[in-house]
Amino acid sequence: MALTDKQKTFSHDDSVVVIIGSGAGGGTLANGLAQQGINTVVLEAGQLHTTADFLADEWASFSQLAWLDPRTTSGSFRLAKDFAGLPAWIVKAVGGTTIHWAGASLRFQPHEFKALTTYGSLNDANLLDWPISYDELAPYYANAENRMGVTRTNDIGGLPGNNNFKVMNAGAKKLGYSCNTGHMAINSQPRDGRLACQQRGFCFQGCRFGAKWSTLYTELPAGVATGHLEIRPESHVARIEHNKNGRVNAVVYFDKNGKEQRQKARVVAVAGNSIETPRLLLNSASSMFPGGLANSSGQVGRNYMRHMTGSVYATFEKPVHMYRGTTMAGIISDEARHDPTRGFVGGYEMETLSLGLPFMAAFLNPGAWGRDFTRAMDQYDHMAGMWLVGEDMPRESNRITLNTDVKDTYGMPVANVHYDDHPNDVAMRQHAFERGEAIYNAVGAADTIRTPPYPSTHNLGSCRMSEKAQDGVCNGIGQSHDIPNLFISDGSQFTTSASENPTLTIVALALRQSEKMGQMLKQGTV
Amino acid sequence: MSLSRRNFLRNSRNALIGTLAFSNGAVALLAPSKVWSMPLQQLSSEEGETILKLTRHIFPHDTLEDAVYAFVVRDLDKAASNADVLAMLTNGVKDIDRRAGGQWMPLSSDEQFRHVEAISDSLFFETIRSTAVVSLYNNELAFAHFGYEGAKGDGGYLYAGFDDLDWLPDPAPADSGIKPA
Repeated sequence: MALTDKQKTFSHDDSVVVIIGSGAGGGTLANGLAQQGINTVVLEAGQLHTTADFLADEWASFSQLAWLDPRTTSGSFRLAKDFAGLPAWIVKAVGGTTIHWAGASLRFQPHEFKALTTYGSLNDANLLDWPISYDELAPYYANAENRMGVTRTNDIGGLPGNNNFKVMNAGAKKLGYSCNTGHMAINSQPRDGRLACQQRGFCFQGCRFGAKWSTLYTELPAGVATGHLEIRPESHVARIEHNKNGRVNAVVYFDKNGKEQRQKARVVAVAGNSIETPRLLLNSASSMFPGGLANSSGQVGRNYMRHMTGSVYATFEKPVHMYRGTTMAGIISDEARHDPTRGFVGGYEMETLSLGLPFMAAFLNPGAWGRDFTRAMDQYDHMAGMWLVGEDMPRESNRITLNTDVKDTYGMPVANVHYDDHPNDVAMRQHAFERGEAIYNAVGAADTIRTPPYPSTHNLGSCRMSEKAQDGVCNGIGQSHDIPNLFISDGSQFTTSASENPTLTIVALALRQSEKMGQMLKQGTV
Repeated sequence: MSLSRRNFLRNSRNALIGTLAFSNGAVALLAPSKVWSMPLQQLSSEEGETILKLTRHIFPHDTLEDAVYAFVVRDLDKAASNADVLAMLTNGVKDIDRRAGGQWMPLSSDEQFRHVEAISDSLFFETIRSTAVVSLYNNELAFAHFGYEGAKGDGGYLYAGFDDLDWLPDPAPADSGIKPA
């Protein structure tokens, strides 16, 4: 039975809470409100899939799940040259990017909520402290870890290490690093009515066993079961409307037949991931809000972050078969500390990563050809790999804007993603490459390869939280400064990017937002 | 040349044909026969052979069978049902032949490569490269050659070698975990 078969449905004239997007933020918020008896409609641009639909085939899965609606890029980041139309690899489907995420579930470190105070002001960076503290979010982190089934929390044992992990672990130990199979929202034993991980290794292609947490088969069905949640797949939101008092009151979207629809809304929560969310606010400009919704600060779209990222792959004399098993269950956190003696502020995580043969060819060294490239590919089954992910600097000039020269199928200007690495990002990446190579060299690597950032899977900060309205777009519960019934509910809220993978924090923020929003709705204060 | 005569030359059973070079290779174990052929709809056999050899220079894997490179030619041939693409490919072949003083295929490998390098900024080169980076590495024969198990892993590697690496010390139990019940 499909998720939406027996769900309660609402009419377009019902004044419901409308959530745009069904991923980590939107899906968690949707269930949170539904559990409180608050009528909610989720408008999701993508299709509804089931776990049976997921494909053990990288390119076919990419066509099935990836957000492929046009975007453009600019700036000096290498993606603008190598993947000019694909700045991000995120999902267009019910469940959002929780379909294809790798499952790494790390809490931010307390100081990372105070990035400006801790790091000091950096030239050409727009650092800011979050308007909330680690202590305020801690109970929601704990709730999220339990709901998502994060290993090494809640008496959940770690995942067993695969071949790729064995190589990282052995190298790490030689260098005095700690290295374990991580805090992963992937069942190591059956839990919460879901199977345990079968080490299939197609984590990025959707977990066919449902062992990896995704809103698709957790939060969303639980919300639908309350009778207060309707999910409308293939509903592509074009703009948000407001009344003459400056409160949002409706969402205009195109349904699966391409017909324009208007859903009345008492509250709108935008959770379209960090490129579509600001795009939507900008595309919703009106005579009352000529700069777009919630944009009196001019910060909508700005401070876009994608983490410092890169990969190191290494070849060995004996086989590894790194693609067997979990894509990312392996982590070294020692370098995630803040230690400016290394030549940069903030830190980075080192996480195992594997790509299949097809994606290795595409991403190992985009554009490369000849023997230098093929020599590495020849060693594919003798390769181990890791992903480096660290805090990148928010910059006003790294931003999502509307590209009025390029329109989507609905005639709306597409998003342009502009990004330039900050010197801090470059220094951190250099350090991370060297440490990654050192780990593999410690266990006899024949060759190491530095891989540039992939189309961004972590997209953050483009409608950031701020204490003062002039510094950001929303407050500490994601409520926009300008419009009291307009909320930001995805990773766009992030004031800074921290060194950790974002999903656990997005879920924790959504749990907190749903609680506060529920209270405000009951008290009539929103 | 009249349109109908050109079509006749293109469509009259053009194909790439070859034999497997490595009788003990992973590809040979999969292949039903040592002889393979790849029909072409738009490109001539000569054009197909030239593009295949070009692809071998762009992504050189000395022990990878021509039969796998033929997938790249097949995909370019499909794209060539668009007239502009076909023109670009046929002109690209004519151009590299001209650079070689008449015929590029008979040159030595090193001489061939010099011309490949010389055209590496061209749209012709980039079209072949960007097609090959997908087609060459996204098929069962390539998977067998490079040791990637592809969709065979769909049921999970829990009992199929996910942790069978034995040339490094095992992780400490606290760093790892136990298999599911």
